[in-house]
Amino acid sequence: MNSLTDAQLAARVARDIPDGSYVNLGIGKPTHVSSYVPEGREIIYHSENGIIGVGPTPPEGEEDFEMIDASKRYITTAPGAAFFEHADSFAMMRGGHIDIAVLGAYQVAENGDIANWATLDEKFPPAVGGAMDLVVGVPTIFVMMRHTNRDGTPKLLRKCTYPLTGLAIVSRVYTDLAVLDLAPEGFRLVELTPGNTLEEVQALTDAKIHS
Amino acid sequence: MDKRLPDLATAVARIEDGARLMIGGFGSAGIPFGLIDALLDHGAKGLTVISNNAGAQETGIAKLLKEGRVAKVICSYPRSPGSIWFERRYEAGEIELEVVPQGTLAERIRAAGAGIGGFLTPTAYGTLLAEGKETRVIDGRGYVMELPLHADVALLRADRADKWGNLTFHGTARNFNPVMASAAKYAVAEVRELSDVPLDPERVVTPGIFVQGVVEYGVRP
Repeated sequence: MNSLTDAQLAARVARDIPDGSYVNLGIGKPTHVSSYVPEGREIIYHSENGIIGVGPTPPEGEEDFEMIDASKRYITTAPGAAFFEHADSFAMMRGGHIDIAVLGAYQVAENGDIANWATLDEKFPPAVGGAMDLVVGVPTIFVMMRHTNRDGTPKLLRKCTYPLTGLAIVSRVYTDLAVLDLAPEGFRLVELTPGNTLEEVQALTDAKIHS
Repeated sequence: MDKRLPDLATAVARIEDGARLMIGGFGSAGIPFGLIDALLDHGAKGLTVISNNAGAQETGIAKLLKEGRVAKVICSYPRSPGSIWFERRYEAGEIELEVVPQGTLAERIRAAGAGIGGFLTPTAYGTLLAEGKETRVIDGRGYVMELPLHADVALLRADRADKWGNLTFHGTARNFNPVMASAAKYAVAEVRELSDVPLDPERVVTPGIFVQGVVEYGVRP
Protein backbone atom coordinates (compact mmCIF):
# COMPACT_ATOMS: atom_id res chain seq x y z
CA MET A 1 0.00 0.00 0.00
CA ASN A 2 1.37 3.43 -0.95
CA SER A 3 1.21 6.01 1.80
CA LEU A 4 1.87 9.77 1.52
CA THR A 5 4.30 11.30 3.99
CA ASP A 6 3.00 14.14 6.19
CA ALA A 7 4.74 16.64 3.89
CA GLN A 8 3.18 15.12 0.76
CA LEU A 9 -0.21 15.11 2.44
CA ALA A 10 0.17 18.79 3.41
CA ALA A 11 1.11 19.62 -0.20
CA ARG A 12 -1.95 17.72 -1.48
CA VAL A 13 -4.28 19.72 0.81
CA ALA A 14 -2.58 23.00 -0.16
CA ARG A 15 -3.40 22.35 -3.84
CA ASP A 16 -7.13 22.60 -3.04
CA ILE A 17 -6.98 25.98 -1.29
CA PRO A 18 -7.98 28.69 -3.80
CA ASP A 19 -6.21 32.02 -4.22
CA GLY A 20 -7.60 34.70 -1.91
CA SER A 21 -8.88 32.34 0.79
CA TYR A 22 -8.94 33.08 4.51
CA VAL A 23 -7.83 29.83 6.13
CA ASN A 24 -7.53 28.49 9.68
CA LEU A 25 -5.07 25.64 10.19
CA GLY A 26 -5.64 23.35 13.16
CA ILE A 27 -3.00 22.22 15.62
CA GLY A 28 -0.61 19.46 14.52
CA LYS A 29 -0.30 18.19 10.93
CA PRO A 30 -2.52 20.94 9.41
CA THR A 31 -0.04 23.67 10.40
CA HIS A 32 2.33 22.33 7.71
CA VAL A 33 -0.11 23.14 4.88
CA SER A 34 1.07 26.78 4.74
CA SER A 35 4.55 25.64 3.62
CA TYR A 36 3.18 24.13 0.40
CA VAL A 37 0.96 26.79 -1.13
CA PRO A 38 1.40 26.71 -4.92
CA GLU A 39 3.18 29.76 -6.29
CA GLY A 40 1.07 32.72 -7.32
CA ARG A 41 -1.65 32.22 -4.69
CA GLU A 42 -2.19 34.59 -1.77
CA ILE A 43 -3.69 32.71 1.17
CA ILE A 44 -4.31 34.58 4.43
CA TYR A 45 -3.95 32.49 7.57
CA HIS A 46 -6.00 33.14 10.68
CA SER A 47 -4.85 31.94 14.09
CA GLU A 48 -7.47 31.81 16.84
CA ASN A 49 -5.23 33.54 19.38
CA GLY A 50 -5.62 36.86 17.60
CA ILE A 51 -3.91 37.30 14.24
CA ILE A 52 -5.00 37.29 10.64
CA GLY A 53 -2.00 37.16 8.29
CA VAL A 54 0.31 34.65 9.97
CA GLY A 55 3.77 34.81 8.39
CA PRO A 56 6.67 32.36 8.40
CA THR A 57 8.69 31.22 11.42
CA PRO A 58 11.20 33.90 12.51
CA PRO A 59 14.93 33.33 12.11
CA GLU A 60 16.66 31.90 15.16
CA GLY A 61 17.36 34.58 17.76
CA GLU A 62 14.45 36.77 16.62
CA GLU A 63 11.65 34.83 18.37
CA ASP A 64 9.16 36.94 20.33
CA PHE A 65 7.25 35.29 23.22
CA GLU A 66 4.25 37.43 22.37
CA MET A 67 4.18 36.43 18.68
CA ILE A 68 2.83 32.88 18.51
CA ASP A 69 0.16 30.86 16.68
CA ALA A 70 -2.49 28.52 18.09
CA SER A 71 0.06 25.69 18.23
CA LYS A 72 2.23 28.01 20.38
CA ARG A 73 4.91 28.15 17.66
CA TYR A 74 6.76 31.40 17.02
CA ILE A 75 5.48 33.34 14.00
CA THR A 76 5.96 36.59 12.11
CA THR A 77 3.38 38.73 10.34
CA ALA A 78 2.61 38.56 6.62
CA PRO A 79 1.83 41.75 4.66
CA GLY A 80 -1.73 42.82 5.45
CA ALA A 81 -1.74 41.25 8.92
CA ALA A 82 -3.90 42.45 11.82
CA PHE A 83 -4.07 41.68 15.54
CA PHE A 84 -7.27 41.44 17.58
CA GLU A 85 -8.64 40.09 20.85
CA HIS A 86 -10.36 36.75 21.44
CA ALA A 87 -14.03 37.72 21.15
CA ASP A 88 -13.30 39.25 17.72
CA SER A 89 -11.21 36.25 16.71
CA PHE A 90 -14.07 33.87 17.43
CA ALA A 91 -16.56 36.18 15.72
CA MET A 92 -14.46 35.60 12.60
CA MET A 93 -14.62 31.83 13.14
CA ARG A 94 -18.22 31.42 14.29
CA GLY A 95 -19.58 34.20 12.10
CA GLY A 96 -18.73 32.59 8.76
CA HIS A 97 -15.89 34.95 7.80
CA ILE A 98 -13.23 32.26 7.35
CA ASP A 99 -13.44 30.25 4.13
CA ILE A 100 -11.66 27.00 4.96
CA ALA A 101 -10.48 25.23 8.11
CA VAL A 102 -8.06 22.30 7.99
CA LEU A 103 -8.37 20.07 11.05
CA GLY A 104 -6.92 16.86 12.39
CA ALA A 105 -9.32 14.20 13.69
CA TYR A 106 -9.53 11.00 15.69
CA GLN A 107 -12.56 9.85 13.69
CA VAL A 108 -14.79 10.96 10.79
CA ALA A 109 -18.15 9.32 10.09
CA GLU A 110 -19.86 8.83 6.73
CA ASN A 111 -22.51 11.45 7.61
CA GLY A 112 -19.76 14.08 8.08
CA ASP A 113 -19.56 13.92 11.89
CA ILE A 114 -16.10 14.60 13.32
CA ALA A 115 -14.55 13.60 16.67
CA ASN A 116 -11.29 15.32 17.54
CA TRP A 117 -11.42 16.63 21.11
CA ALA A 118 -11.95 13.80 23.58
CA THR A 119 -11.37 10.09 23.81
CA LEU A 120 -13.16 7.63 26.08
CA ASP A 121 -10.22 7.54 28.49
CA GLU A 122 -11.45 9.38 31.59
CA LYS A 123 -7.97 9.77 33.03
CA PHE A 124 -7.04 11.88 30.02
CA PRO A 125 -8.45 15.40 30.51
CA PRO A 126 -10.44 16.61 27.50
CA ALA A 127 -9.25 19.72 25.64
CA VAL A 128 -11.59 21.28 23.10
CA GLY A 129 -9.87 24.59 22.29
CA GLY A 130 -11.44 26.29 19.27
CA ALA A 131 -12.44 23.17 17.33
CA MET A 132 -16.17 23.30 18.09
CA ASP A 133 -16.35 26.97 17.07
CA LEU A 134 -14.58 26.33 13.76
CA VAL A 135 -16.81 23.44 12.75
CA VAL A 136 -20.03 25.40 13.25
CA GLY A 137 -18.80 28.58 11.58
CA VAL A 138 -16.49 27.72 8.70
CA PRO A 139 -18.34 26.59 5.56
CA THR A 140 -15.59 24.27 4.25
CA ILE A 141 -13.98 21.84 6.69
CA PHE A 142 -11.06 19.78 5.39
CA VAL A 143 -9.83 16.93 7.59
CA MET A 144 -6.25 15.79 7.26
CA MET A 145 -5.23 12.59 9.02
CA ARG A 146 -3.79 9.08 8.79
CA HIS A 147 -6.26 6.66 7.21
CA THR A 148 -6.09 4.29 10.20
CA ASN A 149 -4.94 4.31 13.82
CA ARG A 150 -1.47 3.02 14.65
CA ASP A 151 -2.93 -0.40 15.45
CA GLY A 152 -4.58 -0.52 12.01
CA THR A 153 -8.16 0.06 13.22
CA PRO A 154 -10.18 2.39 10.99
CA LYS A 155 -10.73 6.12 11.59
CA LEU A 156 -13.28 6.50 8.77
CA LEU A 157 -16.39 5.01 10.30
CA ARG A 158 -20.08 4.43 9.82
CA LYS A 159 -20.57 6.19 13.16
CA CYS A 160 -18.06 7.91 15.48
CA THR A 161 -17.51 6.21 18.83
CA TYR A 162 -15.70 9.15 20.48
CA PRO A 163 -17.54 12.29 21.69
CA LEU A 164 -18.39 14.48 18.69
CA THR A 165 -16.86 17.86 17.92
CA GLY A 166 -19.38 18.71 15.20
CA LEU A 167 -22.31 17.12 13.40
CA ALA A 168 -22.37 16.51 9.63
CA ILE A 169 -19.91 19.29 8.80
CA VAL A 170 -16.87 17.66 7.15
CA SER A 171 -16.48 18.54 3.46
CA ARG A 172 -13.49 16.42 2.46
CA VAL A 173 -11.01 14.03 4.10
CA TYR A 174 -7.35 13.79 3.04
CA THR A 175 -5.52 10.71 4.26
CA ASP A 176 -2.19 9.15 3.40
CA LEU A 177 -4.08 6.60 1.26
CA ALA A 178 -6.88 8.54 -0.46
CA VAL A 179 -8.94 11.72 -0.79
CA LEU A 180 -12.65 11.33 -0.06
CA ASP A 181 -15.57 13.76 -0.30
CA LEU A 182 -18.50 13.70 2.10
CA ALA A 183 -21.48 13.25 -0.22
CA PRO A 184 -25.17 12.65 0.59
CA GLU A 185 -24.57 8.89 0.20
CA GLY A 186 -21.43 8.90 2.38
CA PHE A 187 -17.72 8.80 1.55
CA ARG A 188 -17.16 9.33 -2.18
CA LEU A 189 -13.77 8.60 -3.72
CA VAL A 190 -11.97 11.64 -5.19
CA GLU A 191 -8.61 10.01 -5.74
CA LEU A 192 -6.37 7.21 -4.54
CA THR A 193 -2.74 7.73 -3.64
CA PRO A 194 -1.05 6.43 -6.83
CA GLY A 195 -0.51 2.68 -6.70
CA ASN A 196 -3.41 1.93 -4.32
CA THR A 197 -6.61 0.17 -5.32
CA LEU A 198 -10.10 0.95 -4.05
CA GLU A 199 -10.36 -2.61 -2.66
CA GLU A 200 -7.19 -2.14 -0.58
CA VAL A 201 -8.35 1.20 0.84
CA GLN A 202 -11.89 -0.09 1.43
CA ALA A 203 -10.45 -2.94 3.51
CA LEU A 204 -9.00 -0.34 5.91
CA THR A 205 -12.23 1.70 6.08
CA ASP A 206 -15.24 0.85 8.27
CA ALA A 207 -17.73 2.83 6.15
CA LYS A 208 -18.45 2.11 2.49
CA ILE A 209 -16.47 4.14 -0.06
CA HIS A 210 -18.65 5.08 -3.02
CA SER A 211 -16.99 5.54 -6.39
CA MET B 1 -7.75 59.98 38.50
CA ASP B 2 -4.65 57.82 38.99
CA LYS B 3 -4.82 54.03 38.72
CA ARG B 4 -1.08 53.45 39.01
CA LEU B 5 -0.07 51.07 41.79
CA PRO B 6 3.32 51.10 43.49
CA ASP B 7 4.07 47.37 43.20
CA LEU B 8 2.74 43.91 42.32
CA ALA B 9 1.99 43.04 45.96
CA THR B 10 -0.41 45.99 46.23
CA ALA B 11 -2.07 44.91 42.99
CA VAL B 12 -3.05 41.47 44.38
CA ALA B 13 -3.56 42.40 48.05
CA ARG B 14 -7.35 42.39 47.79
CA ILE B 15 -7.64 38.83 46.41
CA GLU B 16 -9.44 36.67 48.98
CA ASP B 17 -9.53 32.92 49.52
CA GLY B 18 -12.09 31.35 47.17
CA ALA B 19 -11.98 34.25 44.71
CA ARG B 20 -13.04 33.81 41.08
CA LEU B 21 -10.04 34.87 39.09
CA MET B 22 -9.63 35.53 35.38
CA ILE B 23 -6.08 35.26 34.11
CA GLY B 24 -5.24 36.58 30.63
CA GLY B 25 -2.93 34.84 28.19
CA PHE B 26 -2.71 32.15 25.54
CA GLY B 27 0.35 29.93 25.33
CA SER B 28 3.34 32.08 26.25
CA ALA B 29 1.73 35.38 25.19
CA GLY B 30 -0.04 37.87 27.41
CA ILE B 31 0.31 35.98 30.69
CA PRO B 32 0.70 38.22 33.78
CA PHE B 33 3.61 36.23 35.23
CA GLY B 34 4.52 39.02 37.67
CA LEU B 35 1.02 39.27 39.14
CA ILE B 36 0.76 35.48 39.44
CA ASP B 37 4.06 35.34 41.35
CA ALA B 38 2.80 38.12 43.63
CA LEU B 39 -0.43 36.18 44.18
CA LEU B 40 1.62 33.13 45.23
CA ASP B 41 3.42 35.26 47.81
CA HIS B 42 0.10 36.77 48.90
CA GLY B 43 -1.18 33.27 49.68
CA ALA B 44 -4.85 33.25 48.57
CA LYS B 45 -6.18 29.70 48.09
CA GLY B 46 -9.29 27.82 47.01
CA LEU B 47 -9.26 29.90 43.82
CA THR B 48 -11.39 29.39 40.74
CA VAL B 49 -9.15 30.14 37.76
CA ILE B 50 -10.75 31.16 34.46
CA SER B 51 -8.18 31.12 31.66
CA ASN B 52 -7.67 29.56 28.25
CA ASN B 53 -4.96 27.12 29.36
CA ALA B 54 -4.01 25.57 32.68
CA GLY B 55 -0.33 26.44 32.70
CA ALA B 56 2.79 24.64 31.57
CA GLN B 57 6.04 23.57 33.20
CA GLU B 58 6.57 25.41 36.51
CA THR B 59 5.42 28.90 35.53
CA GLY B 60 2.23 30.97 35.77
CA ILE B 61 -0.95 29.02 36.47
CA ALA B 62 1.08 25.80 36.73
CA LYS B 63 2.78 27.29 39.80
CA LEU B 64 -0.60 28.07 41.41
CA LEU B 65 -1.63 24.45 40.74
CA LYS B 66 1.65 23.10 42.07
CA GLU B 67 1.24 25.05 45.31
CA GLY B 68 -2.32 23.78 45.76
CA ARG B 69 -4.02 27.19 45.51
CA VAL B 70 -6.58 26.23 42.88
CA ALA B 71 -9.92 24.50 43.55
CA LYS B 72 -11.42 24.79 40.07
CA VAL B 73 -10.24 25.50 36.53
CA ILE B 74 -12.57 26.83 33.82
CA CYS B 75 -10.76 26.72 30.49
CA SER B 76 -10.86 25.49 26.89
CA TYR B 77 -7.55 23.70 26.61
CA PRO B 78 -6.07 22.43 29.88
CA ARG B 79 -3.70 20.01 28.18
CA SER B 80 -0.59 21.61 26.65
CA PRO B 81 2.94 20.36 26.20
CA GLY B 82 4.31 20.40 29.74
CA SER B 83 1.01 20.89 31.61
CA ILE B 84 2.23 18.43 34.22
CA TRP B 85 0.81 20.18 37.28
CA PHE B 86 -2.67 20.40 35.83
CA GLU B 87 -2.56 16.72 34.87
CA ARG B 88 -1.23 15.68 38.28
CA ARG B 89 -3.94 17.58 40.21
CA TYR B 90 -6.66 16.43 37.81
CA GLU B 91 -5.70 12.76 38.02
CA ALA B 92 -5.55 12.95 41.80
CA GLY B 93 -9.08 14.43 41.82
CA GLU B 94 -7.84 17.53 43.61
CA ILE B 95 -9.34 20.06 41.22
CA GLU B 96 -12.62 20.50 39.46
CA LEU B 97 -12.48 21.08 35.68
CA GLU B 98 -15.03 22.84 33.46
CA VAL B 99 -14.10 22.61 29.77
CA VAL B 100 -15.67 25.35 27.66
CA PRO B 101 -15.22 25.73 23.88
CA GLN B 102 -12.81 28.61 23.37
CA GLY B 103 -15.20 30.90 21.52
CA THR B 104 -17.92 30.25 24.06
CA LEU B 105 -15.45 31.03 26.85
CA ALA B 106 -14.56 34.38 25.23
CA GLU B 107 -18.22 35.21 24.54
CA ARG B 108 -19.38 34.26 28.07
CA ILE B 109 -16.74 36.61 29.42
CA ARG B 110 -17.76 39.29 26.90
CA ALA B 111 -21.42 38.84 27.90
CA ALA B 112 -20.56 39.39 31.57
CA GLY B 113 -18.67 42.57 30.74
CA ALA B 114 -21.38 43.83 28.40
CA GLY B 115 -24.32 43.23 30.70
CA ILE B 116 -25.82 40.42 28.60
CA GLY B 117 -27.83 37.81 30.50
CA GLY B 118 -27.00 34.92 28.18
CA PHE B 119 -26.77 34.10 24.48
CA LEU B 120 -27.48 31.38 21.92
CA THR B 121 -24.49 29.88 20.12
CA PRO B 122 -24.37 27.04 17.58
CA THR B 123 -21.06 25.92 19.10
CA ALA B 124 -21.26 22.52 20.82
CA TYR B 125 -24.90 21.91 19.80
CA GLY B 126 -25.52 18.16 19.81
CA THR B 127 -22.27 17.39 21.64
CA LEU B 128 -21.33 16.31 25.16
CA LEU B 129 -20.51 19.94 26.09
CA ALA B 130 -24.14 20.96 25.52
CA GLU B 131 -25.58 18.27 27.80
CA GLY B 132 -27.97 19.65 30.41
CA LYS B 133 -28.09 23.05 28.72
CA GLU B 134 -31.12 24.77 27.28
CA THR B 135 -31.26 24.58 23.46
CA ARG B 136 -33.32 26.22 20.73
CA VAL B 137 -33.78 25.69 17.01
CA ILE B 138 -33.92 28.92 14.98
CA ASP B 139 -34.45 28.76 11.22
CA GLY B 140 -33.58 25.07 11.31
CA ARG B 141 -30.31 25.51 13.13
CA GLY B 142 -29.61 24.31 16.67
CA TYR B 143 -28.25 26.67 19.34
CA VAL B 144 -27.08 26.24 22.93
CA MET B 145 -27.94 28.76 25.64
CA GLU B 146 -24.80 29.96 27.41
CA LEU B 147 -24.60 32.17 30.49
CA PRO B 148 -22.23 35.03 31.32
CA LEU B 149 -19.03 34.34 33.21
CA HIS B 150 -18.15 36.93 35.86
CA ALA B 151 -15.07 37.21 38.04
CA ASP B 152 -14.01 38.98 41.20
CA VAL B 153 -10.59 39.84 39.85
CA ALA B 154 -8.87 39.80 36.44
CA LEU B 155 -5.08 39.59 36.24
CA LEU B 156 -3.91 40.99 32.91
CA ARG B 157 -0.76 41.59 30.92
CA ALA B 158 -0.45 44.59 28.57
CA ASP B 159 2.33 46.46 26.81
CA ARG B 160 1.76 50.07 27.88
CA ALA B 161 -0.64 51.90 30.17
CA ASP B 162 -1.27 55.47 31.29
CA LYS B 163 -2.52 56.60 34.69
CA TRP B 164 -6.13 56.41 33.49
CA GLY B 165 -5.76 52.64 32.92
CA ASN B 166 -5.83 52.77 29.12
CA LEU B 167 -3.96 49.78 27.67
CA THR B 168 -2.12 48.89 24.49
CA PHE B 169 -0.81 45.44 23.61
CA HIS B 170 1.97 43.78 21.66
CA GLY B 171 1.44 41.14 18.96
CA THR B 172 -0.67 38.14 19.93
CA ALA B 173 -0.65 39.12 23.61
CA ARG B 174 -4.12 40.67 23.39
CA ASN B 175 -5.94 37.33 23.37
CA PHE B 176 -8.26 37.19 26.43
CA ASN B 177 -6.86 40.27 28.19
CA PRO B 178 -9.19 42.99 26.79
CA VAL B 179 -12.39 40.97 27.23
CA MET B 180 -11.45 39.83 30.74
CA ALA B 181 -10.82 43.43 31.76
CA SER B 182 -14.51 44.14 31.22
CA ALA B 183 -15.86 41.13 33.11
CA ALA B 184 -14.19 41.43 36.54
CA LYS B 185 -15.12 43.69 39.46
CA TYR B 186 -11.43 44.52 39.80
CA ALA B 187 -9.15 44.29 36.76
CA VAL B 188 -5.46 44.92 37.26
CA ALA B 189 -2.80 44.89 34.54
CA GLU B 190 0.95 44.49 34.73
CA VAL B 191 2.48 46.46 31.88
CA ARG B 192 5.88 46.62 30.26
CA GLU B 193 5.86 50.39 30.53
CA LEU B 194 3.81 52.96 32.40
CA SER B 195 3.58 56.07 30.28
CA ASP B 196 3.97 59.47 31.94
CA VAL B 197 1.86 61.05 29.25
CA PRO B 198 -1.63 60.01 28.10
CA LEU B 199 -1.63 57.20 25.51
CA ASP B 200 -2.72 58.19 22.02
CA PRO B 201 -6.52 57.65 22.10
CA GLU B 202 -6.37 56.32 18.53
CA ARG B 203 -4.11 53.48 19.68
CA VAL B 204 -5.83 52.47 22.93
CA VAL B 205 -7.05 48.86 22.72
CA THR B 206 -8.65 48.52 26.17
CA PRO B 207 -10.20 51.77 27.45
CA GLY B 208 -9.30 52.61 31.04
CA ILE B 209 -12.92 52.44 32.23
CA PHE B 210 -12.52 48.64 32.30
CA VAL B 211 -9.29 48.74 34.32
CA GLN B 212 -8.98 49.45 38.04
CA GLY B 213 -5.22 49.20 38.51
CA VAL B 214 -1.98 49.26 36.52
CA VAL B 215 1.49 48.35 37.69
CA GLU B 216 4.78 48.45 35.84
CA TYR B 217 6.53 45.10 35.40
CA GLY B 218 9.15 45.44 32.70
CA VAL B 219 10.27 41.83 32.70
CA ARG B 220 9.32 40.07 29.49
CA PRO B 221 9.21 36.27 29.71
